[in-house]
Amino acid sequence: MLAACDSRADVSRQLRSRAELATIPVFTQTIPMPKLLPMLTWLLIALTGALAVATIAIHRGEQINAMWLVVAAVCTYAIGYRFYSKFISAKVLALDGQRATPSERLENGRDFVPTHKWVVFGHHFAAIAGPGPLVGPVLAAQFGYLPGTLWILAGAVFGGCVQDFVILLFSIRRDGKSLTEMAREEIGPLGGLVAYLAVISIIVILLGVCALVVVNALKSSPWGTFTITMTIPIALLMGIYLRRLRPGKVFETSALGFVLVMLAIWGGQWISQTPSVARWFTLSASTLAMVIILYGFAASALPVWLLLAPRDYLSTFVKLGTIGLLAGGIIVLHPTLHMPALTRFVDGTGPVFAGNVFPFAFITIACGAISGFHSLIASGTTPKLIRNEKEARLVGYGAMLAESMVAIMATIAACVLQPGIYFAINSPAGIVGQSPEAAANTISNWGFPVHAVDMQTLARAVGEQTLYNRTGGAPAFAVGMAHIFSSSLGGQALMAIWYHFAIMFEALFILTVLDAGTRVGRFMVQDALGHVCRPMGRTSWYPSILATSALIVGAWGYFLWQGVKDPLGGINSLWPLFGIANQLLAIVALCVATTIVIKMGRSRYAAVTLAPLVWLVAVTFTASWHKIFDADVRIGFLAHARQLAASHGNARLIFNDRLDAAVTGILVCMIALILLESAIGSLQVLSGRKQARVKESPFVATQFAVQQK
Amino acid sequence: MKNATATTRLGKTGAGSARERCAQAFRQVLSLMLATVREIFDESAYQRFLAQRQLGSSRATYALFLREQETRRARQPKCC
Repeated sequence: MLAACDSRADVSRQLRSRAELATIPVFTQTIPMPKLLPMLTWLLIALTGALAVATIAIHRGEQINAMWLVVAAVCTYAIGYRFYSKFISAKVLALDGQRATPSERLENGRDFVPTHKWVVFGHHFAAIAGPGPLVGPVLAAQFGYLPGTLWILAGAVFGGCVQDFVILLFSIRRDGKSLTEMAREEIGPLGGLVAYLAVISIIVILLGVCALVVVNALKSSPWGTFTITMTIPIALLMGIYLRRLRPGKVFETSALGFVLVMLAIWGGQWISQTPSVARWFTLSASTLAMVIILYGFAASALPVWLLLAPRDYLSTFVKLGTIGLLAGGIIVLHPTLHMPALTRFVDGTGPVFAGNVFPFAFITIACGAISGFHSLIASGTTPKLIRNEKEARLVGYGAMLAESMVAIMATIAACVLQPGIYFAINSPAGIVGQSPEAAANTISNWGFPVHAVDMQTLARAVGEQTLYNRTGGAPAFAVGMAHIFSSSLGGQALMAIWYHFAIMFEALFILTVLDAGTRVGRFMVQDALGHVCRPMGRTSWYPSILATSALIVGAWGYFLWQGVKDPLGGINSLWPLFGIANQLLAIVALCVATTIVIKMGRSRYAAVTLAPLVWLVAVTFTASWHKIFDADVRIGFLAHARQLAASHGNARLIFNDRLDAAVTGILVCMIALILLESAIGSLQVLSGRKQARVKESPFVATQFAVQQK
Repeated sequence: MKNATATTRLGKTGAGSARERCAQAFRQVLSLMLATVREIFDESAYQRFLAQRQLGSSRATYALFLREQETRRARQPKCC
């Protein structure tokens, strides 16, 4: 019986098409009895997950333990990976282990390198995990822990993981082509152009918003500013050490850099306690913004090996370690969540950002649930490393689940804080008042008691002068993370060190994104300008480097400056804009994916990508409508501009509002065009008026499998 | 008595092999983690570069490697 089974399995492995497979008689009597133990185990996981989700969803008025969130997440991810991703692999994508991947066919030892699946998993995760899954859930916690948690779980399993997985697989089947190339080939030239413009727009908005998060985290904080400033000479030193003293020893160099950063954190404490030196590092938001803009320009123009690469290595080193540490801290401490499941701000009057749960919770949390930016990475380096098509499931779907888990940890870090403290940190002065007493009164009147004295004590404990109005999400996350760490590692004495470690960790993340993003944007602009003026397309021609760097830095620098000057806190309006841009890119990715699925003749399974696509269209288009036209001045750009104009307000702010409205409108129109082109193409294919022709690379049998046999 | 000795011996052998299996699995996990770290930190890429060109590691070859990597690396987006 076993022999019969093996023989059928061997035959199945050698056959490619389902039609051929169907001709083989199925001997039902040779199929082994269903394994009871795995079935019971999965049933137990499903029931445990359902219990955890029910506990999170149903409990009202009493605090719950953070472990419920962890258990709900782990069980949901396990079920999603085991069953849903397997269904997609088998039915929708028909992963073929016999098909050679580009890493095998085009192996060149540089870009195309067959790599072990777990190594690719780590590589992919390190590239997709940025500050987004940490900041978004912290901001969305103003609604309570429930909306964010449910969106992170459902969004990842049905949206984000699916997007990353299918785009990765489609890129693998097209020799590692990028999302924009696939959009052009599969949807049409308009699709390609829109995808290109959407990528440029999202990079610019993303960089402006990220830089604003750093500014808000470092303003009036000599300790934080010193630590982050020191990461620049440390990165330069690492670059020189790596090039001159220990060529190629990157891990060793990163470990050395990490030790130096820890020393910088320790030194920052001394700086903050020494007034004569502290004043040098106590910078206003405007000054910090100017410094970051200048830094961005320098990072884009300097050689990669000198600053970008070492900072990237250092950031990855700290990132992987800290995420592991945070997970360990949460499990060991299993803290209680003080934030209620739902707050009164689900009605859209929240101080952190304005707008109802729908659609704003779903664009505020992007990276932890679904992020269009991931599709750039899933169609970038990763498809060139995958050794076997079947491994795309682990890398594409699995790595996004890991990223989603990071978002759950960020939610926990924000919700372990007393709600009053959370709102005091995250609310702009324009809403809660300028003085500590006024802020404490306003927040207490909302039903979240907080005292000015407690805030002062907390600020002293973390080594800051004040924690009021530290909008942007990073400081609140840092306080939550410091609370978790100091309760499990080192006690209250180390609270300030942990807080600044968390600030350094986030700022390092963000500055790495800033370095890399500015350079990627620069290359994209150079490529585009090269079509108009050939010398501008030469990536190593210095006038071109300087001009295009200035263009990109100027673009995101403008958004940063605008955020710093916004009396309502900047991040309030810019983060939703970033969320909209990011989710619009996800729409492009899912649109490409749905078009390909239909062209592959698998339209009956198109709902797998179509359902998240429809959801994202509903979310982003509704959010965009509100951001442009809503009558509430805290939501609608145009309403705010009108109010300012009526009160003869600052002309620059009025212009900014109108610019934001125009940018949002243009993005939405571009995406509507791509949706239209894709829908027309798909309908023509479905009605038989157009021949479905996917632009896959021809099938070549893998040699790895032959070797394995 | 003979049977008992045999059982004990068998037990010891079983425990020994289980320990060995554990140690082997641990070594595999460790080497995989090391390989991942080396790939993330481009150390493997450098080794491949040296092997492909049959060069030894030196400042000059590393500089050459960095030059070759420069454009590729600079075009890699980092996610938010």
